[in-house]
Amino acid sequence: MTDAAMTPESARPTKSLTHEDARTKKRNASERRFRAYGIAAICTGLFFLLALLAAILSAGLPAFRQAVVEVPFTMTQEQFDEAEEAMLKTAIYTDYFITSLSDTMQAEGVQIEFDEDAVDRLLGKVGGDLRAYYRENQDQIGEQIGFELAASSRVDRYLKGTFTRDDLQSGNRFFMPEDFDLIDAMQEAGLIKQVFNWNFITGVDTGVDNPGGAGIGASVLGSFFMMLVVLALSLPIGVAASIYLEEFAPKNRFTDFIEVNIANLAAVPSIVFGILGLAVFIQFAHLPQSAPLVGGLVLTLMTLPTIIISTRASLKAVPPSIRDAALGVGASKMQSVFHHVLPLAAPGILTGTIIGLAQALGETAPLLLIGMVGFVARYPDTFVEGFLEPNSAVPAQIYNWAARSDAVFTEKAWGGIIVLLLFLITMNTIAVILRRRFERRW
Amino acid sequence: MSFVKLTTSALALSAMAATAAVARDQVQIAGSSTVLPYASIVAELFGDNTDFPTPVVESGGSSAGLKRFCQGVGTEHTDIANASRAIRDKEIQACAEAGVTDIIEVRIGYDGIVFASQIDGPAYTAFTPSDIFNALAPQVMVDGELVDNPHTQWSDFNADLPADDILAFIPGTKHGTREVFEEKVIAAGCEATGAMEAMIAGGMSEDDAEDACLSVRTDGRSVDIDGDYTETLASIDANANAIGVFGLAFYENNTDKLKVATMSGVQPTTETIAAGEYPVSRPLYFYIKKAHIGVIPGLKEFAEFFVSDAVAGPSGPLAAYGLVSDPELAATQAMIADEQTMGGGS
Repeated sequence: MTDAAMTPESARPTKSLTHEDARTKKRNASERRFRAYGIAAICTGLFFLLALLAAILSAGLPAFRQAVVEVPFTMTQEQFDEAEEAMLKTAIYTDYFITSLSDTMQAEGVQIEFDEDAVDRLLGKVGGDLRAYYRENQDQIGEQIGFELAASSRVDRYLKGTFTRDDLQSGNRFFMPEDFDLIDAMQEAGLIKQVFNWNFITGVDTGVDNPGGAGIGASVLGSFFMMLVVLALSLPIGVAASIYLEEFAPKNRFTDFIEVNIANLAAVPSIVFGILGLAVFIQFAHLPQSAPLVGGLVLTLMTLPTIIISTRASLKAVPPSIRDAALGVGASKMQSVFHHVLPLAAPGILTGTIIGLAQALGETAPLLLIGMVGFVARYPDTFVEGFLEPNSAVPAQIYNWAARSDAVFTEKAWGGIIVLLLFLITMNTIAVILRRRFERRW
Repeated sequence: MSFVKLTTSALALSAMAATAAVARDQVQIAGSSTVLPYASIVAELFGDNTDFPTPVVESGGSSAGLKRFCQGVGTEHTDIANASRAIRDKEIQACAEAGVTDIIEVRIGYDGIVFASQIDGPAYTAFTPSDIFNALAPQVMVDGELVDNPHTQWSDFNADLPADDILAFIPGTKHGTREVFEEKVIAAGCEATGAMEAMIAGGMSEDDAEDACLSVRTDGRSVDIDGDYTETLASIDANANAIGVFGLAFYENNTDKLKVATMSGVQPTTETIAAGEYPVSRPLYFYIKKAHIGVIPGLKEFAEFFVSDAVAGPSGPLAAYGLVSDPELAATQAMIADEQTMGGGS
C-alpha cells in the first residue's frame, strides 16, 4: 500500500519549494506580468492626473494675481457733482483718475513722454469702482485716498510674462509698442505692482472690455443657492422614496416598474433635464428665468436617482438581524426603520448625497437652457433674492469666460476651474471622513 | 420630525417663488454671440451708472435669440433680442402669431468680418471675393466652363496665393455672420467669376442661380464652426494652413496670434468700415418688445443708454472695443424716445 503510493511519487520529477519547475515558472511569470500591467495602468492614470493638475495650476494660478495701479487720489465735491450729472458717469470718473495718475507720474519722475491716451490704454476700467466707492463713502470726498485699481489686461499679462515685446507686431488702439517702456518706468516708480487678486474671489462678472475686474464670487453664491435647493429637496424626497421602496413597498410589478425607471433616470443625459426644466418650471409654472431656484429644481431632478440608488444600497447593507431584533422586542415596522435601520445607514446615505451634490455642482448643460449661462453681473441683496434673482453658476461662468476674446478671461476660466475643483475636493473629503467615522461593520 | 420641517420649508419656498415670479426687475436679453460682447459692456455700464439692476445677457445666436423673443409677451419671455442681421419676415410673422406685434428695431452700429490666419502660417495677405468663391464654392468656373470644384490649393486658381491646401473655418448656419459671409463674399465672388451667368446659361432660373451661388463645398475643405470665435481661433491654432472668419474686434484682441488679409485690397479697420470701403461688414441690431416697456423697469432707459452718444458714439466704449459706430445714431435715439415700432406706428 505504502509502496504502491510511493512509486508514482518517485517517478515524478523532483521538485522543491526552492526549485521551480517549468510550469510553476510560467505561472509565476504570468502573475508578475499581470502585476506589472496593473502598476502600468495605475502609473498611466497618475500621469494623466498629474499632467491635468499641472496644466490647470499653471494656467489658472496667474488668475489669482493681478496688476494694479497705485495712486493717491482726491475727489472734490464739484468734481463729484459734475460727474453725477453726466449720462456716462463712470467715464468722467475715469478721466479724473487718468489726470491724477498722469500728475503723479510726472511728480514721481517718470522720464518717458506720454499722453493721456497712453495712460488710458494702461488702465483697466476703473470708473465703476471709483463711482461705487464714492457713492458709498460720500464723507471721503475731499480726502486723499490711496487707490489700488486694476491695470489693463495687457499690462497684467506683461507683468505675468505671458505677453512680451516679441508678441506685439504692430500697435493698435489697445496697445502700442512704446507702452512697454512706460510700464517699465511706472514699475520702477512703484506705481504699478502685482497684488493678490481678492476681486477674483469676491467680484462679479464684467463686460468683455474689462477682464481685470471680473470675479467668480457671484457665481459661487449662485452655485451655493442651487445646492441649498438641491439638498433641501432631493435629500428628504430621495430618502423617503428609498425607505418606502426598500422597507415597506410590496414586491409587485408596479414597484418593479418604478425601480427600473429610477435606474433609467440615473442614465438620462443632463441636457434632457434642462429642456424639461425650461418647459415645466419657466414656461408652465412661470418661475423666474436664470434663477438659482429653477437651476436647483432642475439639478434636483438630476440628483434624485443618484441619491435613491445609493440610499437603497446602504439600507440593503444593514443586516436583517437588526430589523428582526427590533421587531422581536415589539417595535413597530416604522420604529424599527427610524430607530435602528436608518441611523446605521446614515453614513452611506450622506456619502451618496454629497457625491450627488458634487455631480450637480459641476453640471453646466441643463443650466444652458434655463438662462443661467450668460452675462449675469450682480450679487443678490437678500437671502430670498439669492434664490429668485438671476445668477450664474461656477461651471457656467467658466464656460462663459472661455469663450471671450481677451486672454485674461481665458486665464480666469482656468482660475475658475481651480475654485470649482477646490469645492469638489472639499465635498469629497467630507464624504470620505463621514464614511470613515460612522461606518459600522458586521 | 426633521422630515416634516424640511418638507414644509421646501413647500414654503416654492410657494414664495410662485408669488415672486411676477416681479422681474431686470432686463432679460438673448441672441447673437456677435452682439453679446457689446451688450455685456453696455449692461455692465448700465448697472454701474444707473440705479437699475444690471441686465442679464445670454448668447446662443441671432436665430435662437429671435425665436425666444417671439415666444410671447410676459415677464417669463425675453425683453430684447440681439441680432447680427435684420429680423426676417418669417420671424415677424411668428412673433405676431404669439402676440408680439410691436417691435422696436434698433441698429447699434456696424461690425467688420475679417479673414485671418495663423501669424506664422502661409502668406494669406490679400483676398478678393473671387478667391474665396474659387476656394470654397461647390462649382466653379475653370476655362470658361462650370465644373465641380477641382481646386485643392490656393495657387490652383490664383498664382499670387500660396501653394497650400485649402482649408477654411467659416461661421455655421445659425450665426448671423454666415449670412453676411454668403452674400458679401461668396455671392459676390460667384458674380465676379462669371459662375452665376454660366448657371443661368445652363438653364437655371435667376432665383435658383442666386441660391446656388450661396452654397459652399461639402468635401471637408470648408468647415462650419457653430460655436463662437474662440472655437475658430482654436481650429486656426491647430491648422497652420487654414483661414478663419472672425469679427474685427476679436481679431484686434488677438493680433499676437492672427494676421489679417485684405479684401479686394482694403485693410479692415474701423475707419475703412465706417467709410464703407471695406466690403464685408454688416449692421448689428437689437429688437425691443414694446409691450414690456413700462412693465420691466429700466427697459426703455437701457435702450436709450445703449444708443446714447456717450456709449455708442465714435468715442464711446463700444467704439473702443471695435464697433463701428452708426452715422445715423441720432435718428435711432429719436426713434427709441418715440417708441416707434417697425412698420410705422408709435
